[in-house]
Amino acid sequence: MTHSIIVHTTLNSQEIEFLCEPRQSLLEVLREGLGLTGAKQACNNGNCGACSVILDGVLVNACLVLAVEVEGKSITTIEGIGGPGGLHPLQEEFLKQAALQCGICTPGFIVAAKVLLDQNSRPSEIEVRRWLAGNLCRCTGYDKIVRAVLAAAERMAETPLEVQA
Amino acid sequence: MAVVYVPSLLRSLTGGLAQVEVAAGSVRELVDALEERYPGMGVRLCEDGRLRPTFSVAVDGVVSLKRLNQKLEPDSEVHFLPVISGG
Amino acid sequence: MSDKQTPIKDFQVIGTSPLRPDAVDKVTGRALFGDDVRLPGMLYGVVLRSPHSHARILSIDTRKAEALPGVFGAVTAADLPSFTDAGAYQRYQAENALANQKALYYGHPVAAVAAINPHIAQEALGLIDVTYEILPVILDVRQAMAEDAPILLDDLRTHEAGSRSDHSSNVASHEQTSCGDLELGFSQAAFIVEREFHTSTVHQGYIEPQNATAQAHEDGQITIWCSTQGAFGVRDQVAEILRVPVSHIRVIPMEIGGGFGGKNNVYLEPLAALLSRKCAHRPVKMIMGYDEVLAATGPTSASYIKVKIGAAADGRLIAAQAVLCYAAGAYPGSPVTSGMDCIFAPYKIPHVQIDGYDVVVNKPRTASYRAPGGTNANFAGEVVIDELCEKLGMDPLEFRLLNGVQTGDRKADGMPLPVIGFHEVIQAAQQTPQLSAPLEGPYRGRGVACGYWGNYGGTSSASASVNADGAISLVEGSVDLGSGRVAIAMQLAEAMELPYQDIQTVVGDTATVGYTEGTYGSRATFATGWAVYELAQSLKGQLCERAALLWDVEPDQVGYGKGAFTNRVSAESMSLRALASHMDETGGPVVASASVHPSKEGPAFGVHIADVEVDPETGKVSVLRYTAVQDVGKAIHPIYVEGQIQGGVAQGIGWGMNEEYVYDEQGRLLNASLLDYRLPTSLDLPMIETVLVEVPNPGHPYGVRGVGEMPIVPPPAALANAIYRAVGVRMQILPMSPPRILEALWEKERN
Repeated sequence: MTHSIIVHTTLNSQEIEFLCEPRQSLLEVLREGLGLTGAKQACNNGNCGACSVILDGVLVNACLVLAVEVEGKSITTIEGIGGPGGLHPLQEEFLKQAALQCGICTPGFIVAAKVLLDQNSRPSEIEVRRWLAGNLCRCTGYDKIVRAVLAAAERMAETPLEVQA
Repeated sequence: MAVVYVPSLLRSLTGGLAQVEVAAGSVRELVDALEERYPGMGVRLCEDGRLRPTFSVAVDGVVSLKRLNQKLEPDSEVHFLPVISGG
Repeated sequence: MSDKQTPIKDFQVIGTSPLRPDAVDKVTGRALFGDDVRLPGMLYGVVLRSPHSHARILSIDTRKAEALPGVFGAVTAADLPSFTDAGAYQRYQAENALANQKALYYGHPVAAVAAINPHIAQEALGLIDVTYEILPVILDVRQAMAEDAPILLDDLRTHEAGSRSDHSSNVASHEQTSCGDLELGFSQAAFIVEREFHTSTVHQGYIEPQNATAQAHEDGQITIWCSTQGAFGVRDQVAEILRVPVSHIRVIPMEIGGGFGGKNNVYLEPLAALLSRKCAHRPVKMIMGYDEVLAATGPTSASYIKVKIGAAADGRLIAAQAVLCYAAGAYPGSPVTSGMDCIFAPYKIPHVQIDGYDVVVNKPRTASYRAPGGTNANFAGEVVIDELCEKLGMDPLEFRLLNGVQTGDRKADGMPLPVIGFHEVIQAAQQTPQLSAPLEGPYRGRGVACGYWGNYGGTSSASASVNADGAISLVEGSVDLGSGRVAIAMQLAEAMELPYQDIQTVVGDTATVGYTEGTYGSRATFATGWAVYELAQSLKGQLCERAALLWDVEPDQVGYGKGAFTNRVSAESMSLRALASHMDETGGPVVASASVHPSKEGPAFGVHIADVEVDPETGKVSVLRYTAVQDVGKAIHPIYVEGQIQGGVAQGIGWGMNEEYVYDEQGRLLNASLLDYRLPTSLDLPMIETVLVEVPNPGHPYGVRGVGEMPIVPPPAALANAIYRAVGVRMQILPMSPPRILEALWEKERN
């Protein structure tokens, strides 16, 4: 019989606590326990990026993080991107540039791209491609995704956003 | 007369002819007429009164959903084709 | 169904690129895919799979697993109905879902278990005892075809145009297409090229694994939520495997995270339903690990292909011969006949013979993969054509103009081609910026390949109702793989002469919409688009009658155009929106439905141009630039048509350069993960330039031609031809991965 642990963390700017077993990944807890299904279980072993989340500002695959590891830390998921004001410029550009087809990889790409733009507000095409190489897309061939990220970067450089958590 | 394009592997039954002309008002009548002229054709094309699932039949350039029940014009062109897939 | 085609005119909605109905939910993560389903009391199911690729199953004991606390039940083939009276095809379907007596591939399902959480379910798998008698393994197509090969399926006989062989075989069927006189043709050829090719097993690589949640109700009804390209197909197959009436099953397709043909067949659905029955009728959810997806769903055929083509001195093709041997996996059904349809399709050739063999091997049963069978065949054919062009000293595109098929020309099987745009595509390719851009530097080369895909019509249904606010609610039967839903909605808007924003679209399930075949064969925009066109005619007719009632005139005295009704007697007009508010006093709701099976789908042709650079030390090939030119018919939503082409090209590049299944000698899949089954990443691809050539298909009211499958067909050949020009080696094996490029370079050096 496994025992459960209470974990305290900040999730999308809210302080919360949740119950989990030590063997559960952050991905499993987000999806099963916390009702946040935006991060996807795809390869579930760190090779596709569909479960990308931000942990203390660092881009991680939630399937490779144990839920207990987030004690005292801060997590942002796709659900925390875009605020009360509406969609994040990345989300808007993904729509405008048709940078999604089936959409299963889209939350992961948007989270990953956000971390890139937080660190490098004017990436080149090759920098975008290198950063996103950990996110797999099978539908688009990446062309429109890269264009969307570059377009969002340009927009954000012109009208800086308030800092997102 | 309907023109029938004989499937390659059935031309041994038609003495090597790749196309034959047959008078028929429907694909079913056509198959019966083929069997009469070229014994053995019928059982290759059909089983249990239906066109075998490994064949589709195209009439005048269009694959027919009605199969044996498809009506023919006096000068229709009929092809028996292997079924092909899509994904 | 109306046979009238609307003359192509200035469209109001078609040709624009509006926002998809599902787009906002997808960029926010809100959209519900199959694994997002949660039901009260839900259990989690997992599958025990054979570790052997060919073995007799002597016994299965699930008692210890079922006794584990948290486990609610286990199923094996013993829980399936009997199939002794069924045909071979139905038996194979059931056996592929759960192995009965024999495991035929590494990963073949042997049992399944459901528990309160996936961890306990996994633990339970380790408690299931299975004893196997290991049998000799066959992985290679040619080995399987040998006289003395071990037989996989004792009851399999070779089918040949309606006849059956009398002895068992691994060759499930032999098909042949021929015209003219091959011997005569080759005797007249001035140049002949003959080569053999091998392609490896590759997978569709959809990012979302197969998943299904099933609720088996006490009264015998079954509800299934799943990731599928076709809810009705799932219903039919589950009905077949569980031997229950189709009407007792409801299948609700969730948003799908990629399919590409690999999600037409069922895998988990019947297992989840069986488990739900066994586990106190609690709903059971199952999702595959990605290792299971690769090992045990439906990759496409590995193949061995021989091609021989002859041309006259003036460059005209005279004779062509091909033998295609496709590996079907454990049960018959490779796409070899589609490969046969593709292989010489772009060319006028008087003397042709194509033989195709469907062969079983100890690999998972193949499923469709985007233009199934076409890429393998096209690789072989187009590399030989390229070599012929070189021998002839002809420009590859001029060669295609000389020999390329046109409207009305007959294919090798004798079928006349309807309106096609191959010559338009070649001419557009000749004008592309890439073709005239200089490509300088050592180890760089530019290659060209063309391709064909026939597309498919099929049955589609939709229904719609007019709302009191004037908007139309549409329920359409085609699962949306990423662009169909919006293209179908746009066609309804166009047909109703309303703004796109006035159409509210949902994808139906098997209980809420009429029978619709899956989203495959590049058919959804074509066929379901036609269904909505038909129901729009009915809606407009009914609304005209309502307006006539209000105006007290005859219905034929009411005109309709651009969202407004006109009283031809008094010249009054009324918007559809205004009329809609009067539905309740003119006869009640205005609804319509349509079910169509159009069959004049137009074939698609394309020309691809690839620039590559080969690193002679590592064998790595970089794709520097890529242009795909394609006849897309009338592009309903041009940006998504571009997206379809780019996606197909990306998969074709992966197929050509990196992707392959690596098996050990026992038939175990060694690279069953996305780490080692190497899909292209953003770093592997350039921007993919697309040129949309629009030759409308007169077989559709709006000129729609299927677009989605064609683009995966030419890339391996285009890359192979570019590699040849870069480093002088003709690749005859896929993928053209670095070790193989190096071997080819070293072989060339030795000679």
